[in-house]
Amino acid sequence: MSGFLLVAPILIPLLAAIAGALGWGRARLQRGIGVAGAGALLVAAGSLFLQVQQAGVLALQVGSWSAPFGITLVVDLIAALMVLVTAVVGLAVAVYATSEIDERFLATGFFPFFHVLLMGVCGAFVTGDLFNLYVWFEVMLLASFVLLVSGGGRRSFTSGITYVTLNLLASAFFLAAVGILYGQVGSLNLADLAIKLRVPEAADASKPVAMLLLVAFGIKAGLFPVFFWLPASYPTTGFAVSALFAGLLTKVGVYALIRVFTLLFPLGEGELAPLLLGIAAATMASGVLAAASQAHVRRILSFHIVSQIGYMAMGLALATPLALASAIFYVLHHIVTKTNLFLVGGLIARAGGSEELTRLGALGSRRIGLAILFAVPALSLAGVPPLSGFFAKLFLIRAGLQVEAYAAVAVALVVGLLTVFSMTKIWNEAFWKPAPETRDAGGRGLPWAAVGASGALALVTVSLGLGAEALWSVAEAAARQLHEPGDYLRTVLEVRP
Amino acid sequence: MTVLVALAVGIVYGVSLLLLLRGSLWQLLLGLALLSHGAHLLIFAAGGLVLGAPPLVPEGALAPLQGSADPLPQALILTAIVIAFAVLAFALVLGLCAGEAGGTDDLEAYGGERG
Repeated sequence: MSGFLLVAPILIPLLAAIAGALGWGRARLQRGIGVAGAGALLVAAGSLFLQVQQAGVLALQVGSWSAPFGITLVVDLIAALMVLVTAVVGLAVAVYATSEIDERFLATGFFPFFHVLLMGVCGAFVTGDLFNLYVWFEVMLLASFVLLVSGGGRRSFTSGITYVTLNLLASAFFLAAVGILYGQVGSLNLADLAIKLRVPEAADASKPVAMLLLVAFGIKAGLFPVFFWLPASYPTTGFAVSALFAGLLTKVGVYALIRVFTLLFPLGEGELAPLLLGIAAATMASGVLAAASQAHVRRILSFHIVSQIGYMAMGLALATPLALASAIFYVLHHIVTKTNLFLVGGLIARAGGSEELTRLGALGSRRIGLAILFAVPALSLAGVPPLSGFFAKLFLIRAGLQVEAYAAVAVALVVGLLTVFSMTKIWNEAFWKPAPETRDAGGRGLPWAAVGASGALALVTVSLGLGAEALWSVAEAAARQLHEPGDYLRTVLEVRP
Repeated sequence: MTVLVALAVGIVYGVSLLLLLRGSLWQLLLGLALLSHGAHLLIFAAGGLVLGAPPLVPEGALAPLQGSADPLPQALILTAIVIAFAVLAFALVLGLCAGEAGGTDDLEAYGGERG
């Protein structure tokens, strides 16, 4: 049974994608399959999480090759949490997409590629093999390429070039790192690598590999100074697609960073930790400052993704169990909140007829429901209690104070204030100020599916905040597993096929 | 021989980076193609080069002979080539579409924010 649960996060999206491809051309059928597939993934991810919480780390030797020779699927708490939150936002975006994506794209490729993307994301979370991680990254990227350029018309072709180039560059770095690491250590199984890299000479020799991986995952996660592809491409595509990207893609990069720099190259007292901490601070600051100068809803939100990635990297760089737990908490909060902000951005554009703040206005008096939908994730992102973002920042800052990283804590606090500024700007311009006279007459009505999906994610944000204590204890347990990977190593290397 | 292959890898990477930085759409796509070739050659070289000893199991034996080449880097490269081929095919079509939409080969005219 647990074997099936481990494969399910890959198998269910694959089957949904195949079913969607078979129903090519039929929009109603595609809608049904798309949403049902995402729902099934959520059920499977939920039971996988419960199973991992009860029984500890689970592993499956695919094709009956014992580790480290075959490919191992392994799910510890952080992987289970990531799969679960992926399924949550996947379902919300699927429901939202049924009313947002244009009929022609919905009838053909949208849901098949949507599910291939989910398969790639889940595969990256559950794999226990470095080369296999590369393959899942590519699966995810190819699906994202198609979704990016199909959803946004001509404008997204040109921004697609930036996106494709930078991601291929990152993949080339990753691939080179995998090849060199295999040449040096002779293994690609993460658990086996972790043991072999504990020998000091091997760890010293593989420092260049650690740097290559930092650059590769840094590009994918959107760290300073290699984040420019993200705000250039996300705002040009459809809302459902950009919400999915905003929630998931960069976080797969963050997950890969967390996995590699706890299991293979623990940051502990090496020279990489201060470097990553500096990068994290620069990422937080540059993202939020760039966002302050923008006047386009999704461009502001895109720069805020970058800024928030800095917080997660800070948690990883501090490298204590407390800091790792805060980073995990932050990732979970961020995926739900950010996806929802992009979905609400789509509703704002629909109701106000534009994404440019100068052309929006007076939505607060005309659309009270929409104002509430925006306020919940926006306040959460800014870190207002009792929403999830407040606890995410609180835990992280506590972790920073514990190891006396005062400079990073100061940056985090100031960036938090500037985030409030950006969210206030959207609020003032879109909801508060009087409608500009040039505004085109009629905003359209809001579809129920889209409002429902966004409302459900807002409820998740609120409950993550109210249930912060329970979530924190799970995040702490996940961080303990990362910090002392004994269970992970034993499970991978001892589970017989 | 390792030195020769290492030099070749360096040259391929160098040419690829040069092409990527030229600011022309088609040279960018060529650069991306070369970049993946460079990475594949690098894996091959890093996995250890063995001359004239393919990793084949002789008849009647259960394992390849001692000292034969490691088959795993070759398998990795094959996988990577398939992926790179698919990605390159996509990038070429995207380049065609972008070239038609933008009407120019000059990358300065592109970029999502202004596009």
